[in-house]
Amino acid sequence: MITIVDYGLGNLGSIKNMLKKIGADSEITSDVNVISQATKLILPGVGAFDNGMKNLKELGLFEILNKKVLEDKTPVLGICLGMQLITNGSEEGIEPGFGWIDANTLKFKVNTNERKFSIPHMGWEYVQQQKESKLLEGMFEEPKYYFVHSYYITCNQPEDELLKTHYSHDYVSGFEKGNILGVQFHPEKSHKYGMKMLKNFVENY
Amino acid sequence: MSITRVIPVLLLKNAGLVKTTQFKDPKYIGDPLNAVKIFNEKEVDELIFLDILATPEKKKIPLQFLEQVAQECFMPLAYGGGIKTVDEIREILKVGVEKVIINTQAVENKDFIREAVARHGSSTIGVSIDVRKNFWGKYEVYTHGGRNNTKLDPVKFAVEMDQIGVGELMINSIDRDGTMKGYDCDLIKKITSEVGMPVIACGGAGTIDDFAQAVNEGGASAVAAGSMFVFHGKHRAVLISYPDQMDLKRIFNT
Repeated sequence: MITIVDYGLGNLGSIKNMLKKIGADSEITSDVNVISQATKLILPGVGAFDNGMKNLKELGLFEILNKKVLEDKTPVLGICLGMQLITNGSEEGIEPGFGWIDANTLKFKVNTNERKFSIPHMGWEYVQQQKESKLLEGMFEEPKYYFVHSYYITCNQPEDELLKTHYSHDYVSGFEKGNILGVQFHPEKSHKYGMKMLKNFVENY
Repeated sequence: MSITRVIPVLLLKNAGLVKTTQFKDPKYIGDPLNAVKIFNEKEVDELIFLDILATPEKKKIPLQFLEQVAQECFMPLAYGGGIKTVDEIREILKVGVEKVIINTQAVENKDFIREAVARHGSSTIGVSIDVRKNFWGKYEVYTHGGRNNTKLDPVKFAVEMDQIGVGELMINSIDRDGTMKGYDCDLIKKITSEVGMPVIACGGAGTIDDFAQAVNEGGASAVAAGSMFVFHGKHRAVLISYPDQMDLKRIFNT
């Protein structure tokens, strides 16, 4: 059973839809007891960083997620804002993040004269894989993924970097460290490429 | 640089899929869910649904339909038509659509747009600007499915939307709609040179070369089309299609 953490932000139905398509059972929940039983976690989210952290704390999910991920080593996949919440913090807000991976979330600084890089960054991108990963096992050729974001991630430990994307500059679009994974894009909206990735998360971790 | 998004725009009228010419004469195309399945198989970049009667006839938002669509396709979805409140947006997002497109209310109620951006985030809120040239060649913004001339200047209106924090603009040329004679690149260019957010060009696409022109000359971030993806040949026989990915890669140099 895959547990999709519901903290009031983002389009959780789409993730459940895709998991259903690949034959994986999942549930959307903000129940501490259900989360404490989870064998795999997905931390989704679309929206503002501080809202995300505050909601998680108000729902009493901050401690249990820390325990699950850091002590029980439950595999977790952060998606979009969910990935950003895994970092130390974001320029978008003042709340600290989980800090499970030594990384920071920064605001895109795009020259306003350079119109070809509009913000939010919205669209499909190819990615460059930085290391071997079970998440990308058997991936189709030239995988592309759908992105929507105004903030990007940099990793302080290069060995945590899994995928990089170029938009105005290079940034980390996927990270992996032990049981902790995150992707900036939306696999649930990225056709067969995202489907393969979620399938790998379900089957290989 | 992103891969340029190529987006089919599907017009809903009651429960059917239709295609208009210059926002008039909706021609029945078929069952929308069937079209969605075909577009999903063809791995289209994104789909936009617009309910053309929602505002003029004060229809309810087709949530059940949107929910069925969201379960069928694994690509970004946007819906526009008759949206007036942030709660309606929440309902739309809940069924699995990621973006909404607002037209009439963006002109009539700017506080609503501000609230929508604050509540749901820029990237969720798109505004479509329907534009027609008047007798003197001046561009004017229309609402209510092209029925109401606001006399607003589309460039000024676009800049205002940019300042409010809208995530994306769709520029729809009423004059070019359904004609397949190419985009109004002058109009697109005027707007893309004044705003920082992504702009989707819409209205008039007939060939993939038109896409390249909207991007290279117009500065569009994405291109949308209707007729080109639902009609085939000079007699406009109904046939759902989508350009070959290799051809798109070639024209956009990606």
